[in-house]
Formats: sequence, structure tokens, C-alpha cells
Amino acid sequence: MSDRNQGENESHAIERPQLSRRDFLNEITVGALGVAGLGGATLTYQYFSPNVLFEPSTTFRAGNPDLYPVNSVTFLQDQQVYIVRMPAGFYAVSGVCTHLGCITQWKPEANIIACPCHGSKFLPNGKKIEGPAPRPLPHYAINLTADGELQVDKLQVIKTDQVLKV
Amino acid sequence: MATTFDAALQNLRSTRVWKSIFRRGPALTNRTRSLAVFGNLFLHWLPVKVREKSLRIRAAYYLGSLSLLLFIILVVTGVLLMFYYHPAAPKAYHDMKDLRFVVSNGVFLRNMHRVGAHLMVLLVFWHMFHVFYRGGYKPPHEFNWVVGIVLLLLTLFLSYTGYLLPWDQLAFWAVTVGTNIISAMPVIGNKVRFVALGGNIVGENALLRFYVLHVVILPLLAFLFIGVHFWRVQKDGGITVGSKKDAGKS
Repeated sequence: MSDRNQGENESHAIERPQLSRRDFLNEITVGALGVAGLGGATLTYQYFSPNVLFEPSTTFRAGNPDLYPVNSVTFLQDQQVYIVRMPAGFYAVSGVCTHLGCITQWKPEANIIACPCHGSKFLPNGKKIEGPAPRPLPHYAINLTADGELQVDKLQVIKTDQVLKV
Repeated sequence: MATTFDAALQNLRSTRVWKSIFRRGPALTNRTRSLAVFGNLFLHWLPVKVREKSLRIRAAYYLGSLSLLLFIILVVTGVLLMFYYHPAAPKAYHDMKDLRFVVSNGVFLRNMHRVGAHLMVLLVFWHMFHVFYRGGYKPPHEFNWVVGIVLLLLTLFLSYTGYLLPWDQLAFWAVTVGTNIISAMPVIGNKVRFVALGGNIVGENALLRFYVLHVVILPLLAFLFIGVHFWRVQKDGGITVGSKKDAGKS
């Protein structure tokens, strides 16, 4: 009897592990499932982000500079870009409204670019003058190709004071 | 005539096949009637007994049941439309036109699906307002209220994803505007829009994604939540009826 008690006391004296075997295995399992879930979520996200897109090219040629008279705003319907020629030079302004992505229209009689959806108004240089649009229309990079044509890159947004002198 | 029919029914009920399907006897007592409900997959989530009060039209105007009916109509007409619809640009637009002008009764099915969808949004909102003004969100109905909100969102998402499928100007610009709203989210907005559309513009990838969401993922989720919703109505003691005095009790 006394021996047994002593034995129990000894086992109590040894510091018991904080976790039972069951708790340990449960935590390992939950952890492993969490890692696997995170990995699965990452793989799924990658799967849903296409690597190759069959969308129209974002770089295009806008023809010979002589096509555009000085002090003119020309809307290129297919590219949704305005080619503006001022005495200082050329710049390319996006035709997509910065509010919700509608296609704006050039109103020569009022000398403004207007959005038909929610009434935003812009100057020919893209500056916002009215409406819900949060930002001015961005300017795209414009330059001359080797054979003397204008080329616009819609992925490259440049500062509004940069113009192409021809 | 009636006696022959009754006799035929009696004969049918005594066959071995009938008895193997419906194991209880004829529903003559409350006990066998209850068993009939408990033992049937399609009935077991309905209450065995309902108060007469909750069957009155004014109790809820059957708004929930009508929403379910519309969901079933939309599933049936939607599946039928799928037989003629290719989710590819520009085929989708031509298929929609064919359904309207070439396919027999296609215009009927398409309009049923379209009008049904509009009506469902209307009814689901009406149902929500009705439940809200009856205090149907109070205990013990809080959980089911939240399930109802999920169903409202699923209805709206179904409506929105279906909006793109005709692939006309209205569809294109509605989704262009809608997904630009997504991109207004801070930090992750543009990424979420890119994944939702499968690209930078509303194109073929977007059409296919919206199609899969519209015909598989969202209907399955709606089906699941509708099941939970109806089940909880029963478990929480039936629909909220009665005057202001005993609101919350029933």
C-alpha cells in the first residue's frame, strides 16, 4: 500500500507534458490542414489568374503626324484614345472615364470631353472640370516610330506636362 | 366511378412495391400522418403541424414560398435555355437572338427566365421587408434572418451574373461599370477585378466565368441555403405570425 502511494507521488513529481497525446495530434492535424488549405487557396488563386490573355494589343500606331491638324482633338474609336495636337506638340489622352469606365465623347462646340454615363467633364488635356470622376484622364506614352508614325502605349501612363514635339 | 378509383387505389396500396416505398399504413391517424412527414425526404423539413393562423394569406402573403417557386421556375427554364446557349463571344449574342426568333417557344422560355428573375429580386426584397416589419429577425429567428441575407445576396449575384450572358451592349456596360466598382476597393481592388473577369477587359474569359458562376456555383449555394432556410423556419417554431403583443413568441 505505502509502496504504491510512493510510486504515485514519484510520478507526480515528474513534470507532466502540457499537452496530452490527443491534443498534440489534434493540433498537428489542424495545423497541417491549415497549411494545406492555405496552399490550396494560393494555387486556386493562381489558377484563376490567366497568364496569357487574348486581348487587343495595348500598343498601337496612330498614323502619320500630318493626319492631325494643330489645335485638334481626334478620337480613335477602336483604341478609345484621344490624339490631341496642340502648338506645343502631341499627347494621347485616355477616352475611358475614370469614374466607372464608360467611353467619353469629344464635344468640339463646348471644347470639353464629356462622359455620357454620369456627366463627368474634362478638358482636352484630361483635366477634370466636373462630375463624379475621381481623377483626370491619364496621358499615355506617345512617340514616333523609326518610319515616322505616331505610336501610343496604353500601359505606360506619363505626366500631363510631357508632350511629343514633331 | 369514384368507387372504382378508390378500389384501384386500395389495390395499388396493397401491392408489395407500394408498401416497400411507403412503409407506414394509410394516413388515417395523427401518428401515421406524422410518420408520413418524418419518413419522406421531401417533406421532412416541413412541420408536421402548422397553426391555422400561419396558413392565412395575410400571415406572410406566401412571399417565401413564392420566391422558392420562382427559383424552381428559374432552374427549369434556365436548364432548358442551356441547351441552345454557348458561353462564347460572339456566339452567345447570336444564340440569344436565335432563342428569341428561331427556336420554337424559345422566346417564351427566355422571357419566362428573364421576367422570373426580375420578379424574384422583387419578391425576395418584399419578403425581407415583410419579415423585418413583422419582427421576424428577433430571437429565436436571428440565425435564419442571416441565412435570409445570404440568400438575398445570392439572388442579387445570380441576377448580376445572368445579366452578362446575353452579351449585348447593356450586358457589356453593366458589367464594365460593376466590375469597375470592384476595382475601387483599396489595395486588392484591381486584383479582385482581374480574377473576376479573367483579364483586364470584359471579354470571353469574363463571359465564361460569369456563366459558370450563374449556372453551377451560385445555384448550388442557393439550393443549400434555401434548404437551411426552410429547415430553420420549422425548427424555430414556424413563421412569425400574430399581433404585436405576442410577436417573438410564435
